[in-house]
Amino acid sequence: MTRVAVQEKVLNENQRLAAELRRQFAEHDVFVLNFISSPGSGKTSLLERTLEALPRDARVAVLTGDIQTDNDARRLARAGFPAKQISTGGTCHLDARMIARALEDWPLADIDVLFIENVGNLVCPSSYDLGEHAKVVVLSVTEGEDKPLKYPSIFSKAELCIINKTDLLPYVSFDLQLARENVGKMHPGIDVVEVSCRTGEGLQNWLQWIERRRQAACEPAMVTP
Amino acid sequence: MHELGIAQAILDRVATEVKHHPGTRPVEVGVLIGEVSGVDREALAFGFDAIVKDTEWERLRLSIEVRSRLHRCPYCTREFSVTHSNTACPDCGNSLTVMLNGDELDITYIEVEDA
Repeated sequence: MTRVAVQEKVLNENQRLAAELRRQFAEHDVFVLNFISSPGSGKTSLLERTLEALPRDARVAVLTGDIQTDNDARRLARAGFPAKQISTGGTCHLDARMIARALEDWPLADIDVLFIENVGNLVCPSSYDLGEHAKVVVLSVTEGEDKPLKYPSIFSKAELCIINKTDLLPYVSFDLQLARENVGKMHPGIDVVEVSCRTGEGLQNWLQWIERRRQAACEPAMVTP
Repeated sequence: MHELGIAQAILDRVATEVKHHPGTRPVEVGVLIGEVSGVDREALAFGFDAIVKDTEWERLRLSIEVRSRLHRCPYCTREFSVTHSNTACPDCGNSLTVMLNGDELDITYIEVEDA
């Protein structure tokens, strides 16, 4: 019997493709965010509000993943920016190969910011690197404030946690302070921004976060809205 | 439930390794999964058994080691295992500690024997 030491990541092939995407994004100065949340926490609404707030000439594009339907891409295309649906056909997450394929006919030189909306799922998407600069996790106040404790993987990997639907706080028993504490336990020092896509409250903080993070990643070029 | 895809990736890696060792067959593959890797041990074992059943890989064993979450306090340098989601430093109370281990999803070894 011979034991061969291996010591490599199980998702090595995905890592390799993600590294190649990251190299291409850097070459063309594309800033990329990967949005992850459970279904219904408001990723698409957040992206709609974000796109609406951007200047018309901003060079922004969106990839949105779902198991079935192209409803989200159609919703997002209304804002006037390129939006493409990735239908995974049953797979519960996006992987680097799907991103590479979706970008084949999109010249990266024409894009400054790429938003990737992952499949609604707090578990599996956290394992797959898409070559993004940062993962953003969205938590809504209609969910339990203990979600960060139940799904430690994504909360420890995300750079920003958006707490969405804050306009509903008077009607639900969500404890905002406890939720913030739980997010901080899973990822000490993580940025947290509270927004309401319905009223627009907090959106400015979110837009400022994007611009700050983008400047840290790329050459400053996009005008802050 | 991405454990099935992960099981397949493990099997693909074993198949590649076996090509480098002609005349042998794989008997065991070791994987290391961190507590916060997002991969469930039971689901991975179940998915692995499901894809090797009735194939040439049926006798291949999957050995799973789970690594707990280890944090380090940057102020007092204490390293500690995180229990009950408590990431604050047990010595100085600082809450801004850093994760060292716990998000692994690695293949560690492949055992082969003469066919």
